[in-house]
Amino acid sequence: MSTFLQQLINGLSLGSIYALLALGYTMVYGIIKLLNFAHGDVYMLGAFFGYYTIKCLHFGFFGALISSMVFCALAGVLVEIIAYKPLLNSPRITMLITAIGVSYFLENGMTYLFTANTRNFPQVIKRVSYDLGPVQVSNVQLLIFITTIILLILLQVIVQKTKMGRAMRAMAVDPDAAALMGINVSGTIAFTFAIGSALAGAAGVLIGMYYNSIDPMMGLTPGIKAFVAAVLGGIGSIPGAAIGGIVIGFLETMFQSIGLSAYKDAAVYAVLIIILLVLPSGLFGKRTIEKV
Amino acid sequence: MPMLEVKNLSVNYGAIQAVRNVSFQINKGEIVTLIGANGAGKSTIVKTISGILKPKSGELVYEGTHLEKLKPNKVVAKGISQVPEGRHVFEEMTVRENLLMGAYLRKDRDGIQEDFEKMYQRFPVLKEREKQDAATLSGGEQQMLVMARALMARPKLILLDEPSMGLSPIYIQEVFKIIETIRDQGTTVLLIEQNAKQALSIADRGYVLASGEVKMTGTGKDLLDDPSVQKAYLGG
Repeated sequence: MSTFLQQLINGLSLGSIYALLALGYTMVYGIIKLLNFAHGDVYMLGAFFGYYTIKCLHFGFFGALISSMVFCALAGVLVEIIAYKPLLNSPRITMLITAIGVSYFLENGMTYLFTANTRNFPQVIKRVSYDLGPVQVSNVQLLIFITTIILLILLQVIVQKTKMGRAMRAMAVDPDAAALMGINVSGTIAFTFAIGSALAGAAGVLIGMYYNSIDPMMGLTPGIKAFVAAVLGGIGSIPGAAIGGIVIGFLETMFQSIGLSAYKDAAVYAVLIIILLVLPSGLFGKRTIEKV
Repeated sequence: MPMLEVKNLSVNYGAIQAVRNVSFQINKGEIVTLIGANGAGKSTIVKTISGILKPKSGELVYEGTHLEKLKPNKVVAKGISQVPEGRHVFEEMTVRENLLMGAYLRKDRDGIQEDFEKMYQRFPVLKEREKQDAATLSGGEQQMLVMARALMARPKLILLDEPSMGLSPIYIQEVFKIIETIRDQGTTVLLIEQNAKQALSIADRGYVLASGEVKMTGTGKDLLDDPSVQKAYLGG
């Protein structure tokens, strides 16, 4: 029982990271129907930027977190403008393949610049563990959890209460009608990339703190898992992505705890297959009927 | 000088030349209607005015400025709002949020508040359903919503694309009554309709389109009385 509870805590931490990443996937998909497979690499960029701000500029945790979010927002917008914007009116498959290209470019570009070696992420916060009855919680886990909650609330406020948020939702529901309201379509797309990428940057710094190591390929697997989380929650749905991320985090740590560590990734992909077969629109997705 | 002057407009829709060399004018304070069968190019013209489609050639001059190269959001900013064919409400947003989207480019909070009251007065059903998702409204209610949404921009010119399509007879009457009110309260109207009889009976002037070209023009009444129009579009 205590291992189970302990794994719940660990799953929640990892799941928070997946949730932050899944939000970017789902928001970009919602607005331009693109699965941005380079999203995991933006998270990697965030981790590296955090690494350098802490190591070279001696930033504290919050400084590294915020600056990395800003850096990733800019990087995400840059990718959007250079790689995706010229293709907005092309078939969707063209943009999808471009996204895979961007992903390779970022992974290999970073490997070229910084080598493929794994680096130790500098620990700006001294790790302390608290005993809570049968389970242990570290301060880093708490930090991950609290940061995620704050970012989720901020995101909810932006999406539900601000003018830009309304524009994003309107574009996700009906892009043509949104343009007729006077919404600046390319500005709204860029804003969506900025927000999604900023969340990925935050996740990158948090994972660096949690797992203590970063490398240029680190975005690949979490990126795909966050994609699974977004599909599980219903692609396009913001609460769905958050819950999907947490579920995937739990699932992975549960598999580890029952001694099937080697199969934890397979379990996540099995979820993708099952969801696509049984509930293709996910937990919170809109059941759409293609109109002809 | 007309409010909107369309000169020798040609537009391609995919590989098809949907609009050929069309010219017409809209004067301030008028209801002008374009009638014609399906595929006559009516919707293409509206989409080109609002900036969704780009013209192949020709001019669109609105209050002295050219619209040909403007994006839809810039056209809205000039005071032209479109009510698209097929309604296009924002389904997962509430009725109130839908109306607020209409006022997206406005910054005058008081004026927006005032217009909310006006719309709720003119369309009481929207007041009742203020907090419901737009998807839960009936077709007729959705049509009221999109018309109110377009009016929330306080447009000088409103483009209505098939506003009576798919509605029950009661709502059709209601829609045409509202269009007259819109004109009477100072907004100029371009009305696209398959329901030619009703459209011509409220229109100041009309243009008959076929295969992407203007075939005939006159006042609403003249066209209603014209035997060839009656034969082709008014069911004999």
